[in-house]
Amino acid sequence: MKDKDRDKMMWSNIKKRSAKDKIVFGAICFFSFLSMIPLFLIIWEVVSKGYKNFNWRLFTQVAPSSMDALIAKMSGEPIPGGILNGITGTFLIVGLAVLFTVPLGLFVGIYLSEHRDNKFAQTVSYLTDLLQGMPSIVIGIIAYIWVVKPLGSYSALAGSVALTIMMLPMVVRSTEETLKMLPHSLKEAGLALGASYTDVIFKVMVPSGFGGIFTGILLAVSRVMGETAPLMLTALGASVVNWNILEPTAAIPLLIWDFYNDPNLVDIIWSASLLLLIVIFLLNWLAKIVARKWKI
Amino acid sequence: MENITENRLNNQEDNSGNEPILVLKEVSVSYAPGKKAVDNVSADIYPNTITAIMGPSGCGKSTLLRAINRMHDLYPNIVTSGDIYLKGKNIMKMNPMEVRRMAGMVFQTPNPFPTMSIYDNVLAGYRLNGIKLKKNEKDEIVRKSLTAVALWDEVKDVMNRRGSFLSGGQQQRLCIARALALKPEVLLMDEPTSALDPVSTNKIEELLLELKKNFTILIVTHNMSQAARISDNSMFMYLGDLVEYAPTKQMFTKPKNKKTEEYLTGIFG
Repeated sequence: MKDKDRDKMMWSNIKKRSAKDKIVFGAICFFSFLSMIPLFLIIWEVVSKGYKNFNWRLFTQVAPSSMDALIAKMSGEPIPGGILNGITGTFLIVGLAVLFTVPLGLFVGIYLSEHRDNKFAQTVSYLTDLLQGMPSIVIGIIAYIWVVKPLGSYSALAGSVALTIMMLPMVVRSTEETLKMLPHSLKEAGLALGASYTDVIFKVMVPSGFGGIFTGILLAVSRVMGETAPLMLTALGASVVNWNILEPTAAIPLLIWDFYNDPNLVDIIWSASLLLLIVIFLLNWLAKIVARKWKI
Repeated sequence: MENITENRLNNQEDNSGNEPILVLKEVSVSYAPGKKAVDNVSADIYPNTITAIMGPSGCGKSTLLRAINRMHDLYPNIVTSGDIYLKGKNIMKMNPMEVRRMAGMVFQTPNPFPTMSIYDNVLAGYRLNGIKLKKNEKDEIVRKSLTAVALWDEVKDVMNRRGSFLSGGQQQRLCIARALALKPEVLLMDEPTSALDPVSTNKIEELLLELKKNFTILIVTHNMSQAARISDNSMFMYLGDLVEYAPTKQMFTKPKNKKTEEYLTGIFG
């Protein structure tokens, strides 16, 4: 082949290849955009329908009865009441679950990252994965049998046990992965100063991995915040604000389910959903900031 | 082993009347049964000297160094045998935490604690060991340690910034300061300049020459010219054996062992 011919062929090839590049790039952008559409539609739907009842009443009053809502509707007034019992309930149940999950998840995560070659640790790690894939309704049934039955009552405690089981694998994984990513020399540096193993773990390793661990906790919270099925079988719901962990308690997703089943209250679903969305977005946003700020 | 006596430092003039600060007696380290990474090494190290440990990759130089602060205890499959005396005390019979406070270590890559400020990094040894100090004692230790590593002037105004805010060379000097703050008997350095640029390396080398007035330094290096520049005595290790241990000048001009000569002249390594 002559040089000239070869140059010509190369040139046409380059043209063809860069055209292919452009097509693939365009397709990637298109599909990326396509996958965002459901999210935008959800946000649009929730915001456009929810903003009407998204007012101070939502945060300060408990869920209205069906009768009150019907009367208000007939006289053309906005629905009286809000979801205060749901907000406090979610706060109580999720807060309690965090209290249970964090120490447990932290310890298991540390154990798994410290004993990578240990057979038992590998088994625990595998079981953690299995737990993560467990359907939430099954976890709800388990919590029902473990807590509701023996205590003889639906309760916030039972709800938080269910959510703990759901959050635990996420917190374990994020702790383990974060600690595994820290350079080995960090641990040796601590030990080389004569510190005890425990001190090195809790004063050097965990603080160094704080960003990743905390992000994992935030994401786990945002993940279980909207869980409904396990709470139906455990916390049940309540029409009043309840701070007693041994009594049935409302939660935002439970209220949304209640509202859905009551034609008179359907309008308030969207406001409750909007609040839930906002909180979850805020948690995700906070997780991003923490992850960036505490990056090592 | 017949060459144990040979491994005794081959120069009595410089060290006459001086008791060795560190004595290695038939030290062996194995990672797996029957596979020795360090084989029967004996040597005396004298105070206020810099001893360079040289040798090709995998010759056991870092392994030997890490035996001196009982770092191998972290890994259950590593077995260390023999005796190591630091200031007359057999460290193999001591609590490893106590040993590590007596033998400070500086690692290959600078590793200041990322969540601690520069100030706290210097005091990390005290903090991690739960030793409570008064504010003026802390200030004093920080100032002295950072001055010793020629970092004080560079960081005195940014004491509260994270350690990772500093440049690589500064970070390594901070790590040396962190080790010095505990006033160790010996300073063990595992290729402390291999991750640094030539200017930072030069600074650390000057620093070591200054530090040997008050400390005894063992430095693992793969850089022969570095060993020649700063060390008083040199060890040459090969396949786990301490082949030659002699004053650096003597080793670089008239090596006794053929392997040493081959290594130093670049025939292998």
